[in-house]
Amino acid sequence: MSDATLHSPANLRQMQDSYMAMVRRKRMYGGLILVVFIALMASGFLVADDRNAGGFWNGITNIFQFPSEVVNEAAANAAALPGLMLNAVPSLIETLNIALAATLVGALVGGVFALLATRGLARWPGMIGLIRRVMDTLRAFPEIVVALILIFILGGGPVPAMIAIALHTAGALGKLFSEVAENADLKPVEGLQSVGATWIQRMILGVLPQVAPNWLSYALLRFEINIRASAILGFVGEGGIGHDLKLAMQWGHGRYDQVVAIFIVLFLTIVVVDQTSSHFRDKLVKGH
Amino acid sequence: MTIATATAAQDVLPTVTRLIARKRLIAFAAPAAILAYFIYVFFAFDFMGIAERARMDNARILLSDFVSHKTHVSRDNRSGDIRIAIEGEAKGLYPEGMSPDWVTRAGDVTQIELKHGHSVTMTGRDRVSYTYPGYGTVDIALAGGGVDLTTPDGQVPDWINASGTRVSITTDGGRLSMTRARTEVFRYQWGWELFWFTLDSPFYGKSFGELAALSLSGERVDPERSNFANIVGSFWNNQMWRHGDVLWAIFETILMAFLGTMSAAIVALPLAFLAASNFSPFVAVRQVARRFFDFVRGVDGLIWTIILSRAFGPGPLTGALAIAITDTGSFGKMFSEALENVDDKQIEGLASTGAKPALRYRFGVIPQIMPVLLSQVLYYLESNTRSATVIGAITGGGIGLLLTQAITTQKDWEEVSYYIILILVMVMAMDSFSGWLRRKLIQG
Repeated sequence: MSDATLHSPANLRQMQDSYMAMVRRKRMYGGLILVVFIALMASGFLVADDRNAGGFWNGITNIFQFPSEVVNEAAANAAALPGLMLNAVPSLIETLNIALAATLVGALVGGVFALLATRGLARWPGMIGLIRRVMDTLRAFPEIVVALILIFILGGGPVPAMIAIALHTAGALGKLFSEVAENADLKPVEGLQSVGATWIQRMILGVLPQVAPNWLSYALLRFEINIRASAILGFVGEGGIGHDLKLAMQWGHGRYDQVVAIFIVLFLTIVVVDQTSSHFRDKLVKGH
Repeated sequence: MTIATATAAQDVLPTVTRLIARKRLIAFAAPAAILAYFIYVFFAFDFMGIAERARMDNARILLSDFVSHKTHVSRDNRSGDIRIAIEGEAKGLYPEGMSPDWVTRAGDVTQIELKHGHSVTMTGRDRVSYTYPGYGTVDIALAGGGVDLTTPDGQVPDWINASGTRVSITTDGGRLSMTRARTEVFRYQWGWELFWFTLDSPFYGKSFGELAALSLSGERVDPERSNFANIVGSFWNNQMWRHGDVLWAIFETILMAFLGTMSAAIVALPLAFLAASNFSPFVAVRQVARRFFDFVRGVDGLIWTIILSRAFGPGPLTGALAIAITDTGSFGKMFSEALENVDDKQIEGLASTGAKPALRYRFGVIPQIMPVLLSQVLYYLESNTRSATVIGAITGGGIGLLLTQAITTQKDWEEVSYYIILILVMVMAMDSFSGWLRRKLIQG
């Protein structure tokens, strides 16, 4: 086809027509998806509203009732708040310890999993698939399932929550770590291999220094997530500040000042840890 | 090497030495600190106490319940009535005249065959004998105000626990316990009994082939309904396993995650424009939006869930709103970061054609951030399926509620394992679904 025929008015119009047809079809698909999405959201809210104990329109009117009740009671007893907040500190430390220990254990296990599941680094390449499935399974378990079962076996205390969070963390970090390790430069590893280094030496000296900043950054992010998880597990199961919160909530009137104290302590902790960790993560990843 | 580079090397030498010394210190200090922390945690968490408190018998019960079930054969020692029920529940009660093939009844004598050749014979209202192969027969009878035990050699072996008012026998074959009021025999069997149909269903005990044949044949078991509808209904309304309720709960959990994630994304997107420095000219507005995101994220899902469940009561709507509020903060932060990294050239190009701000955003900005936005939303959708399970346990909705209820009764472990399997299937399905959708939408 020569230039002349390509640029002939008839051809141009044909091209324009087919282009517009494509645009129309794309818009139609987009519109259809939008309609389906809106229908899903609307019907979803209707179903959820229907199956909820109190409806949305009933609830929205008294959404501030409970907070104002709580705040009023706490305000009436404002002088006691600092003391109550101080009282919450030991269980806050327990919650933080659960999160930190679980993050450390999870990161250590996840690191080993990641190295074993990364192509080019794996000690046993045949087991890559198996280890990835193990990580998928660990990630799929909601922490609460493991925690409640372990409470039945091990009794109360912080250990069941710690194990539950650590297992989930190992799976989650293992996957992220392995994505980082995939991009590691293999030259140092090969160099170490040529001088007869064992697999462990190759990993520690050849891979870890390369991936350490990103791994640490992910681990810090996970620590933030795990503090929240540890507080929630305390509420559902046992141990830590979540459990204190549940007890105070169950008591109801008369203990709302304690509820507020725990809310404030938890809020401050989360904000401080979030800010600190995002500061360090920026430093680690951007390298300054 | 020239003299200049040599002196330069001399100059950096102290710096390099210092850096290496620091690295060496970190290489030893970091593992040492972690180890020290673990030692602290070991004592703070009372690991020694765990070893004492751990209930390995609970673990055994749990594991055996995961894969097996027990059938109770119990006799009321006052009336002499015999009752056979799976897991001892009314829902698993064998109807009159129906009994498992290991129980034979003749007059007032009931013969129960346990595993490994053990057997129990209940006679009348007051006598029971337990036959242990290679040991002999143990007779237990009600006498006076208590329970009397007679063993072949007069000794009480360690698998029998006897007091004046209660005798219990625990062996590999099964368990027997007798008090003044009741005599109970437990027999353990593999599998989840009554999983498909309960005993009162006409389809109980039928094989898959028989069911398929029944659903295709014209003869109706129930003249009102077709066989197929009857089979499905019988399974769906199974009283023991409550498949209908359980699947509804799973659906509710997914619904919570879906509604929560999507609402959060819809609310967060316009707010993110306010928080992004290149779209929001007023510092004050930017700061307000950012502090709002920080506040919402900092308050945390747990506290939102508690506050909302007071207003809306238990149910999926509460969970959806709690997820929506928490994730509005996370999405707002991430979206505004994505917006700050947008390439200005495309927007300028559109502006040069005279496009209004709304059109500039629609065609210049949205296409750029769409991949980031979608992949974040889908990632959160998947992770919120798990969160919805936990939130359901707090607010009382979805599979989380069923799971915590089943766990707190501490006996329906087979149901717990059923729920766990369903949760895992649900999470993995959402994981692959969101991954598939991500690839589909982002790569076109």
